[in-house]
Amino acid sequence: MSTPSALLAVENLSVDFGGLHALSRVFLELRHQEVVGVIGPNGAGKTTLFNALCGLVAPSSGELTLDGKGHEWPKPDQLVDFGIARTLQGVALFPDLTVVENVMIGAHKFAQSGFISAAFGLSKDESKLRERAMLALERVYATGIAHRRADTLSYPDTKRVSIARALVTEPRILMLDEPAGGLGAEDIAWMNGLIHNLKLQCSVLLVEHHMDVVMSVCDRLYVLNFGEVIASGVAEKVRRDPAVIAAYLGAGVP
Amino acid sequence: MYQFINTVLNGITSGAIFSLMAIALVLVWRSTRVINFAQSGMALLSTYIGFECIQRLHSFWIALPLSMIAGAFFAALVDTFFMRVLFRRTADGPISGVAPIIATLGLLGLIRSSLGMIVGNSDASIRPPVSNVGFTVSGHTLAFSPLKLMTLSMVIALMLGLTLVFQRTNLGLALRASAYAPEIARLAGVRVDAIRTIGWALAGAAGAAAGMLQTPNGNGALAPDSLEFNLLLVFGFIAAVIGGLESLVGAVVGGLVLGLFLAFIQYYVSGSLVFIAAFCILIIVLLLKPKGLLGSKAGRRA
Repeated sequence: MSTPSALLAVENLSVDFGGLHALSRVFLELRHQEVVGVIGPNGAGKTTLFNALCGLVAPSSGELTLDGKGHEWPKPDQLVDFGIARTLQGVALFPDLTVVENVMIGAHKFAQSGFISAAFGLSKDESKLRERAMLALERVYATGIAHRRADTLSYPDTKRVSIARALVTEPRILMLDEPAGGLGAEDIAWMNGLIHNLKLQCSVLLVEHHMDVVMSVCDRLYVLNFGEVIASGVAEKVRRDPAVIAAYLGAGVP
Repeated sequence: MYQFINTVLNGITSGAIFSLMAIALVLVWRSTRVINFAQSGMALLSTYIGFECIQRLHSFWIALPLSMIAGAFFAALVDTFFMRVLFRRTADGPISGVAPIIATLGLLGLIRSSLGMIVGNSDASIRPPVSNVGFTVSGHTLAFSPLKLMTLSMVIALMLGLTLVFQRTNLGLALRASAYAPEIARLAGVRVDAIRTIGWALAGAAGAAAGMLQTPNGNGALAPDSLEFNLLLVFGFIAAVIGGLESLVGAVVGGLVLGLFLAFIQYYVSGSLVFIAAFCILIIVLLLKPKGLLGSKAGRRA
């Protein structure tokens, strides 16, 4: 049922934790240059879905298709090779490293040299990686903080840096886990703008609680409740779906 | 006064060797959360290989790097074919945290008894490659000899090399990242398993260097049941814990503190108290600074 243009498609994904069905028969599709949001109440399985896609959680069943071809579920360190990058809920930077070093970790896959030359510092990789990292920081307007230690940053800044770390891998698919979580109004507006821009370069899959953000950036939505997709489609349409309003949006949203 | 200088210099030299062993233990602990009790056995094996190289090539200077390479290679094998399998098998079991640590004790016994079967009681010893007669300063002969100077310079050179790897290379960055947060490093595309094996290999090389440098500084003799290597493990472990177990800088500081402390006990109190003193300082440091001397945020750099 996945359309040929789909970059990534998931079908029949189920994840069980012991007897608990965290996800059952979830489906999802992401097309080129599209922003897709996954929403749902707390505990609906949004993060589990992300974790399964990243290989952090083993699915009990399900098919993954990338570029129209069936695929094994990836291991975390293979994601980058598939052109998938992810940010994590919360901070997840390496506190002891500088901002630019944190981003360089993401650029790891571009390192060409072997162990021996790396060990003796003979390669030019180091400066190339640094350049790439700086470019990624530029894309989130964070070059000014490149040389600060990550544990000295403000919370919104850590969000920028974690997105830069994902961008430096030059992903085709960027997975954002609550990009606006914990941000104030001004930073949320900034994040909206950033996601709009990102869409020009890659497809974005995001989990988010802020309905403002979801409605302003997402082309399509999937709504999860108790581990099942209860609605999906164009954002405006999903918002009016009675099942969604009952399960999640409640009376607060018209 | 000369006595004091002697004590300081000796303390620093033996402390430097403890530091090497501590670095080996910290590298493995940081990358896999295992206290590698087999480290002394691996160092012993590498030192035997170094001894064989000296027999054939007649040069300590060629044997030292060869023994370090052998140590690195053996450690990488142990991690790839033993520890990694063990981690996978015990991952969800009730003893998942301790099983690999207990396994390293088993490995230690295995290495020692296999060595015993291979080399038997044959005499093996490593003679000092340079003179062990102390330098003379205005008529006084110091306990500090060319051998001690060489030992100290070798340790410093190795540490500088390691620091460069960790601070200046992409590999070092991956090693640090994998140690702090393996899951995030993995998501960033770092092959954490391979990086861990490299951590083990570096530890194997550091342990080999510790063995090769310690042996001629002691009585030179090598034996499968060598007490010298047991002490090296114990003192290296204490040094690592004093330094906070997380940081390479901490391991060096821990080694030097321990070396100096024991040298002073030996000269000014009693040689027979050295072993007890080592444990006393461990307990005191743990009581006063449970995270080690450098267990604070700053201590986790490098």
